[in-house]
Amino acid sequence: MAELEIPVLTTTVEKMVQWARRSAIWPVTFGLACCAIEMMAMSCGRYDIARFGAEVFRGSPRQSDLMIIAGRLSRKMAPVLRRIYDQMPEPKWVISMGACASCGGVFDNYAIVQGVDQVVPIDVFVPGCPPRPESLIFGIVQLQRKIDQQRMSA
Amino acid sequence: MGEYVFILILIGLGFGFAAVNVLLSRFLGPRKPTPEKEAPYECGMPAVGDARERISVKFYLVAMIFLLFDIEIAFLYPWAMAFRELGMTGFIQVVTFFALLVGGYIYVWRKGAFDWSGERPRA
Amino acid sequence: MDSPDVLDALRHAVPGGRVEPAPATDMPTLYVDRDDLIRVCTVLKADPGLQFSFLADVTAADYYPSQPRFEVVYHLASLGAAFTQPGHPAAPARRLRIKVRVPGDDAHLATASGVWPTAAWPEREVFDLFGIAFDDHPDLRRILMPEDWEGYPLRKDYPVQVRQDTQIASPVQLSPEEFAANIREQRERARDAAQRGAAAGHAGGHGRE
Repeated sequence: MAELEIPVLTTTVEKMVQWARRSAIWPVTFGLACCAIEMMAMSCGRYDIARFGAEVFRGSPRQSDLMIIAGRLSRKMAPVLRRIYDQMPEPKWVISMGACASCGGVFDNYAIVQGVDQVVPIDVFVPGCPPRPESLIFGIVQLQRKIDQQRMSA
Repeated sequence: MGEYVFILILIGLGFGFAAVNVLLSRFLGPRKPTPEKEAPYECGMPAVGDARERISVKFYLVAMIFLLFDIEIAFLYPWAMAFRELGMTGFIQVVTFFALLVGGYIYVWRKGAFDWSGERPRA
Repeated sequence: MDSPDVLDALRHAVPGGRVEPAPATDMPTLYVDRDDLIRVCTVLKADPGLQFSFLADVTAADYYPSQPRFEVVYHLASLGAAFTQPGHPAAPARRLRIKVRVPGDDAHLATASGVWPTAAWPEREVFDLFGIAFDDHPDLRRILMPEDWEGYPLRKDYPVQVRQDTQIASPVQLSPEEFAANIREQRERARDAAQRGAAAGHAGGHGRE
């Protein structure tokens, strides 16, 4: 009987942890350009990600779970992005919001990094220029589904 | 005595809640320290220097003096509650207490401890 | 559009200086010779009838392959009654554009930060993106591109697409001495680049492939 109970307990604990992690994903403020406006719109009253758990945007990476890279990343900003990502404690996830963060967008030039995945690992790419707030909410919901499938690495 | 058991339960619940949260994080949370993660936060830029600097002593002075006179006020409250029973004798005692402290207040004032602009105090 | 009184005041105050009106549709524009720039700027700011006390921007344009290659453009504003020199009546509120032609093989110009201190950062931007050095600038180094970037991106012979690995390493902690040494090194680099640009015959800045 004990051998049957233990996997059930582990699965339940894992499910509980997954539920806790996906129900309270707090982003760190990383709005770089125009996508930040749509991110702000998403966090305000009409679209409201607080009902999905992203209650507040934390100012410090130390207190956040999610980094939404909203906007174009310039070459000069790349070390800053990496440092802020490094300072977030695990578990952490990254959403690349918009065309510029995902692939350089319309700016294929000397200044813009062609895809933020050259700097940090990305969990969800949200296309758009800028993506509508509903698109970004869909991205966050997809991230929640991804978290539901993640094993707990304790 | 029986009424205080509820306060003990409250204290136990408070401690227990805090302890459970900390222990859960310790056992269920990942732990991956890296030098960059533990570096001081400077908005992504490298931190320059060690952020230790000298702070003016006027903050300490104001805090100490506030503490003293706040305790003095705190002593006035029980006297006010027992005002009728203490009568004239109590009144004179409290006024003496207060006058001693006012003397100290005037001394501190003349010494320049309230001078926020930081000019040198007169001897 | 022209501003005859500005032109007259300048020609009067800077005799021998070459100041000509330029065609423009939005504000009075003048071409000023490179050697007369500082005198002209001083007069524009100090003259009681002009009082162009606000430098709005310093920028440049690259006309490669025409010669002279660059034009450095100053946008000035006189704020009228909102900001007058003490002891003088208000000058009329208006705008002015000054253009200075700069050759490509000798791309340097006197700094306007002695006249308007706010010129310091826009001139850094012009240096960073066009490679035009400013003599006696208080702090000439790159401002928009990364500090160790080579090439001047807004020149016409610079490629648009640059495929290069992104640098993400940065030091975790710096001492104040290291920080000051970094800045000194950037200024050295800018000074060397400026000297190379002035000495060499051909326009520098080949960009990265």
